[in-house]
Amino acid sequence: MSEVTTSSVGALKLSRGAIARMALPLVVLALSIFAWHLIVSINDIPPYVLPGPALVAETLIQDWSILWASLLTTLLTTSEGFVAAAVGGIALALLFSQSKWLEQALLPYAVILQVTPVIAIAPLLLIYLPQQTAVVACAWIVAFFPVLSNTTLGLNSVDRNLAGLFKLYRASRWQTLRYLKLPAALPYTLGGLRIAGGLSLIGAVVAEIAAGSAGSGSGLAYRIAESGYRLNIPRMFAALLLLSVAGVVIYMALALLSHLLLRRWHESALRKES
Amino acid sequence: MVATSQASSGIVGGSAVRLRGVTKAYDNRGVALGPIDLDVRRGEFISLLGPSGCGKSTALRIVAGLIAPTSGEVNVAGCAASAQTGRSIGFVFQEPTLMPWASVHDNVRLPLTLVGMPRSDADRRVDDALARVGLSDFGAAFPRELSGGMKMRVSLARALVTEPGVLLLDEPFAALDEITRFRLNNDLLALWHSLGKTIVFVTHSVFESVYLSQRIVVMTARPGRIHAEIKIDAAERDENFRTSAEYVAYCRQASQALAQASGVEAAR
Repeated sequence: MSEVTTSSVGALKLSRGAIARMALPLVVLALSIFAWHLIVSINDIPPYVLPGPALVAETLIQDWSILWASLLTTLLTTSEGFVAAAVGGIALALLFSQSKWLEQALLPYAVILQVTPVIAIAPLLLIYLPQQTAVVACAWIVAFFPVLSNTTLGLNSVDRNLAGLFKLYRASRWQTLRYLKLPAALPYTLGGLRIAGGLSLIGAVVAEIAAGSAGSGSGLAYRIAESGYRLNIPRMFAALLLLSVAGVVIYMALALLSHLLLRRWHESALRKES
Repeated sequence: MVATSQASSGIVGGSAVRLRGVTKAYDNRGVALGPIDLDVRRGEFISLLGPSGCGKSTALRIVAGLIAPTSGEVNVAGCAASAQTGRSIGFVFQEPTLMPWASVHDNVRLPLTLVGMPRSDADRRVDDALARVGLSDFGAAFPRELSGGMKMRVSLARALVTEPGVLLLDEPFAALDEITRFRLNNDLLALWHSLGKTIVFVTHSVFESVYLSQRIVVMTARPGRIHAEIKIDAAERDENFRTSAEYVAYCRQASQALAQASGVEAAR
């Protein structure tokens, strides 16, 4: 093969497999909603036990102003936690890659922070930190580790001969980092960020629930806890639905970012040759 | 340029590469290489030929300054190895060793970027280097879009872009198919004729070493030492040479030397 293969040809053509890949989950969704509706209406289940899908949708529309504001609050917390996790994770990984001593001294504590359940840490954080800071801190604690460990893995996965080439041309530390280590680590870091996106939402929700029981807060998780106390089950479902959608959107946005950054060169983003 | 003036002025006895008593020992494996004495004239094309594991790649990396010798003295283009600017040496690895995230153009420009050459000057030299290896139209392509032979050409262009005095090649064509290897052999000879570089070529192929070089240095294994030197006095290197009786005779001579070198190892 001596000619350049063009990668963009056929990108717009949707194969039958691609259509099935998108349609199948939607069919499953429609069937599940229909089954849910049937179970509720046939058994005549009262809405404070299990509301039907129509009632949940109605609640979603009726309570939209409250839920929307709560969604924004939760998303803000999540994105603050995510950005802190991304910056913190990458910065720590870079620090560790420059000094083995530092890595050996600090890595155990990063692991401890990771393996301790965040729901157990949240109440303590709420005592010592202002509430909004505590919630962001929770999101950060759960989300930074995958960024740190993946970026570290990536920084250590540099091709040896390429590293030799940089040595041959007397590249400075900074040049080696910028032109070699960071690009080599990018696919790994993006993988870590994809996990961190979902985790920071979880961290935010956990902290909101912990804070909500203390009587303040207005995020979606707080709405769920509050509606639970009031037996407003339809609203619980509506808030839960919004949380799921938010999680899916975050994941898809990060997957898209990863694809856009890697599509020209990395195996993971290349179309499989048939 | 600093590198060029060093390359042309401070020559020790006309040698482009000069090794004196160079050894390499590893803690767990003992002496792997040497002692080796070797002189490569300016503009000479020599091959290091030896069985795998004989330390010929190690020797090449010591010349490049990628590995420090345990003892001995290394001079390249008249400078001690520790004082090299890095720009007077071009190195081609066994694999293409390209950055997958960068275009062909950016890959070839890397050595110039690292020494801080202004972009417009660098781009011109990159275009020259790519033209020299016949890849002018592929600057925007990414490495994964190229065939194995083309990737190796990119690697060669990158080694040439700094206009080094000495070109070191570590079994560069070993992983390629025969047709591509023959073509790249001819291209390498053409480059050597037109640019007049000093070339040190590591290979385990008798036929390749005879076809390419003016002198073959046959090495023994464990420890890697110089067993024999064979001068190849053929002016024309083309398909006629490849099929001539002269070529066959040289190949037989080199094969015998290689067998002896391996036999020395077996007797130990």
